[in-house]
Amino acid sequence: MKSILKVKNLTMNFGGLRALHNLNISINKKEIAALIGPNGAGKTTFFNCITGIYKPSNGDILISPKGNNEKINGLKPNIITKKGLARTFQNIRLFTSMTALENIMVGCHCVTKAGVIGAILNNKSTKAEERLIIEKSYFILKELGLEIYVNELVTSLPYGAQKRLEIARALATEPFLLLLDEPAAGLNPQETNELDELILKIREQNDISILLIEHDMKLVMSLSDNIHVVDYGKKIGEGTPKEIRNNPAVIKAYLGEEVV
Amino acid sequence: MTIKNQIKKSFLVSLWFMFLTFPILVIQVNTVENVIKWRWLNMIGVGIGSFFLSILWRYMLEKRPEKGKQTKKYQLFFLNNILHEKKIFFPVIILLSLFVLCFPYIFSMYQTNIMISALIYVMMGLGLNIVIGLAGLLDLGYVAFFAVGAYSYALLNYHYGLIFWIALPLGGILALIFGVILGYPVLRLRGDYLAIVTLGFGEIIRLVLENWNDFSFGPSGISNIPKPCFLGIDLSLQGTTKYLFYIIVGMVALTIFVTNRLQNSRIGRAWIALKDDEIACQAMGINKGKTKLRAFGLGAMWAGMGGVIFAAKTTFINPASFTIWESVIILCTVVLGGMGSITGVVLGALLLILLPEYLRAFSEFRMIIFGAVLVLMMVFRPGGIIKNVRRIYKFDPILEKNSVKNEVNS
Repeated sequence: MKSILKVKNLTMNFGGLRALHNLNISINKKEIAALIGPNGAGKTTFFNCITGIYKPSNGDILISPKGNNEKINGLKPNIITKKGLARTFQNIRLFTSMTALENIMVGCHCVTKAGVIGAILNNKSTKAEERLIIEKSYFILKELGLEIYVNELVTSLPYGAQKRLEIARALATEPFLLLLDEPAAGLNPQETNELDELILKIREQNDISILLIEHDMKLVMSLSDNIHVVDYGKKIGEGTPKEIRNNPAVIKAYLGEEVV
Repeated sequence: MTIKNQIKKSFLVSLWFMFLTFPILVIQVNTVENVIKWRWLNMIGVGIGSFFLSILWRYMLEKRPEKGKQTKKYQLFFLNNILHEKKIFFPVIILLSLFVLCFPYIFSMYQTNIMISALIYVMMGLGLNIVIGLAGLLDLGYVAFFAVGAYSYALLNYHYGLIFWIALPLGGILALIFGVILGYPVLRLRGDYLAIVTLGFGEIIRLVLENWNDFSFGPSGISNIPKPCFLGIDLSLQGTTKYLFYIIVGMVALTIFVTNRLQNSRIGRAWIALKDDEIACQAMGINKGKTKLRAFGLGAMWAGMGGVIFAAKTTFINPASFTIWESVIILCTVVLGGMGSITGVVLGALLLILLPEYLRAFSEFRMIIFGAVLVLMMVFRPGGIIKNVRRIYKFDPILEKNSVKNEVNS
């Protein structure tokens, strides 16, 4: 298995607070990996470091979608997205004054290139590109079962649909690695089951790897090929769901003394 | 809330008002004769008046459409409806353009002149609409670009004898450059901080123009700016007014055309994304800095061209025409008309500039009415007179995959 994302000794300090401490994570092609850990363990900080929202204090983040290692730490978020890392957010961050379709169309931004002049003249290539964007966006919308909301403003969508729309928007950037920050938070059991299938389907159809942060253990255990556990910014365990379930350090971090 | 409850609350409001106004409106002390005059009639008037106003207020609040929803209610609003129906849209446009073309022949020169000023504001409102309505960057120094345009025509003409038609695009380009220059240092700022910096920028430009005598002739300004000539022929005063009117109408049409194209393009969507959520916008691969600079530059360009036309119209400019007050008016046209909505901004600018002209009798109350209207707007129609409605994409349900139809609106 070839790894497409390698994180080496990633450290992130906020002043005197060390949120991440020498974290090593590697993700393989077409793998669904999960990042779990108690609240405040640094999971979202890890995401923010990878996607360029924070600049890591130390360590390397390497991507190799085509076998060539490329260092991406310190790059701006938009450039990292362009390189093929797309993410969703823990608390929904959709573009609220736009419709569902337009949200996905924004996601197509980094794979298209019409400029100001093209927009004003509306020439052939711009028209073709615009058409392509619309078709692609609608296709993704359908893939995620959101086509009934095409022209709805996103604020009027139900919560579950908004969560899925965020995934759809991230998919529109054509990533090789999709980072999902708590995709199942706030969903009911049935919606969570649907999400399970959806994530598997996304991996198959788009041929991408997925890294997810999740608290819903049932989802994590059934879905992931590999689980990374962090606590207080340190990695305390890694392995298949079965290994993690029996890892004493993980059990201690999650359940504390009750187990003993 | 039930009606009974509403009436009860309104009644309490009127009691409260009667109590509040009691000392001023009811008791009148005559200090000469040392007698107190009780004007009970005033109290009854205040009571009844505030009661009915309160009922009206409550009624309007009930009817207020819900926030944040692109509802069918809004689409019922007839102006929006007209603009969505192609059958109505085209005849309306044709009639409107016919009316506009005949305007200087139907109305007097005075009216035409007023209309020219109003249309300059329409143009600037549409420019500012890009910056505020689409990209969500609160720019309080917008008038600076207007000044850049006006002064670039005046000075280039004074020193090099440049004619209007060359100065027009040049003024636009210079304003665009200034827009980018302003945009660069404020890339990191947002909201209130951005507003303060742009406010400062606007004042800097004005102060420089006022104090740099060698460059801009200071407060005395520049006079004898030539009006545009038509194919080298100097027209009569009436002729140039008409000519200017058509020029500004053309420019407004161009502005509408361009901003409409822009707002539904890849760039326009990036602007709106930037307005809605900066972090998510970057996570979508949008270059924040570039997008902001584009908005600043393209917004400023229209103000620059508006400035050139303004200089040509008045033939005299000085820094007093470019105070912060102008920025505020342009901002009001955008907010009042409806942020992001082109028809709204056009209507807002026309209302805001033309009404004070025709209601000169009430000029003393202008500021009061102005303020009251803005407050009422914020309460009842926070989206502006005509709210921006997002484009609707129609998909054929049968051949879904390959046939995409665009329904164009607003």
